[in-house]
Amino acid sequence: MAVVTQPMLTVEEMRAAALESRREILKMIFDAGSGHTGGSLSEIDILIALYFGVLRYDPDAPDWPERDRFILSKGHASPGFYVTLARAGYFPSSELSSYRKTDGLLQGHAHPITPGVEMNSGSLGMGLSFALGHALAARLDGRKYRVFALLGDGECQEGEVWEAAMSAAHHGADNLTAIIDRNRIQNDRFTDEVMTLEPLADRWRDFGWNVISCDGHEHADVLHALSAAADGGPTVIIADTVKGKGVSFMENNPGFHGRAPTADEYEAALKELA
Amino acid sequence: MTTNRQSAATRETYGRTLLTMAEEHPDIVVLGGDLNVSTFVHLWRDQYPDRFFDFGPAEQNIVGVAAGLAAAGKIPFVSTFSVFGTGRPYDQLRVLVSQPSLNVKLVCTHAGILTGEDGMSAHSIEDLSLMCALPSFSVVTPADAPETEQVIRAVATTQGPVYVRLPRAATPIVHADSYRFRMGKGEVMREGSDVSIIACGSLVAPALDAADNLSGQGVQARVINLHTLAPADEAAIIAAAQETGAIVTAEEHYVHGGLGSVVAGVVARNQPVPVEMVALHGYTSSGPANELMVKNGLTADGVEQAALRAIKRKR
Repeated sequence: MAVVTQPMLTVEEMRAAALESRREILKMIFDAGSGHTGGSLSEIDILIALYFGVLRYDPDAPDWPERDRFILSKGHASPGFYVTLARAGYFPSSELSSYRKTDGLLQGHAHPITPGVEMNSGSLGMGLSFALGHALAARLDGRKYRVFALLGDGECQEGEVWEAAMSAAHHGADNLTAIIDRNRIQNDRFTDEVMTLEPLADRWRDFGWNVISCDGHEHADVLHALSAAADGGPTVIIADTVKGKGVSFMENNPGFHGRAPTADEYEAALKELA
Repeated sequence: MTTNRQSAATRETYGRTLLTMAEEHPDIVVLGGDLNVSTFVHLWRDQYPDRFFDFGPAEQNIVGVAAGLAAAGKIPFVSTFSVFGTGRPYDQLRVLVSQPSLNVKLVCTHAGILTGEDGMSAHSIEDLSLMCALPSFSVVTPADAPETEQVIRAVATTQGPVYVRLPRAATPIVHADSYRFRMGKGEVMREGSDVSIIACGSLVAPALDAADNLSGQGVQARVINLHTLAPADEAAIIAAAQETGAIVTAEEHYVHGGLGSVVAGVVARNQPVPVEMVALHGYTSSGPANELMVKNGLTADGVEQAALRAIKRKR
């Protein structure tokens, strides 16, 4: 029988872990020479709260059948995911240097060859359907695990997200929680310029979901939302975030959605994250 | 000459076979998209409602949910029409199923042009090409009801993604009850040394009839039912090329990317011999299924003429 070995962190410890994670994210992307910076920095506080405050898992037994499932639907933001998995003990931190490298453990977009990664990713809109599959399997098997899917806000422009939303409510997936990293920027530019998402909460509500809003950078607030989502889902948490959070010149800058920092930018960023 | 054979709808065989496996395989779940009576999974829906999920015509979501179920240890059977189950969720089949090689069973009905009157958009002539292009998928085209039953049983117990192609119409029965299907192993249905006819699905019966007709002209044709296109039985194809020196492929599918392309690739890489292809060369119109088959040359006569052309091209 697998045992949940992961210790919880206090909110203060989460803050410290997030700061260190931000440095690790930038190092990974800088070393690789490519990768998605902005979305990794916007999601990292949500991931820290999930992995060190909510999820039940055993990094030594990634396939433990009773584990809670976390599915990264916005799979391009893999650096934030990888530093969190390493911190949780799924693989040594030294593996972070294999990101995007030939024969490395850490693929450009998250892939299940990496311990702790549930779903192959890189094409947007798929994670909520996949998460619903896990949620329905829990019901069929009489298991108590929860299923979480993290989506980008731009990703909600994919039709499949709404197919999945409609069907999760129809099939009563009360163990399913979607989290939207609402950083208001997508690949090209601000989401409102590309395709209007508002009223986002009403749209989810109209599809039969409970809706909770939170500050996606305040760990206590994220924890509170995740806890509230445990009852009577499906529930979506719309987490207000800032793309590029933590580095002044990356924050709210669409230019940092999908590119690595230059050497000068990397150095300047590390100073801000000291 | 055309042999009189009994016919049966393989999609009904599919639905009935699934039912018989429910107790033995408690992990089987069935996912449908509002075509469940047509695909015959309504039989399962009515008997095992807790293990059945309807998603409406939302094929991307169906495949995505199936992938999640498979990742959680279930054996999901996804059934809809071939045109909706392959092209519409192709990206989900590629990213969520093929790349991680998840245990999803995609059993599609109404494939090919036997949907006749429904017209071009209902004619699935590209599905084999699409599915053969996904590296992890096995691709199976049963010829008749007895074979379909065995294919479904094999599919349920074979780990990995599988696409099974079934037509709407009843198809002639070409197998005895003693027949044993083996995934990935071509079935030599008739021996011959002058030419090999490699067929699948609805063209297997015309291929056998063509071989009968050729025999009357002193031409001995080998007939191979290549039910599994991926992984293809390369040994059977190479042997056919070596031992008969000419090949005809016959399929109810577009000439690009299906059986003909699979066979031609193996032949070109290993033992180049003339290959003639009986297949569709483009879209076709509405009309009764049998008329469309004749119009497009997907008949015993079409196969026979192709065999004679292939033999003439031998060096």
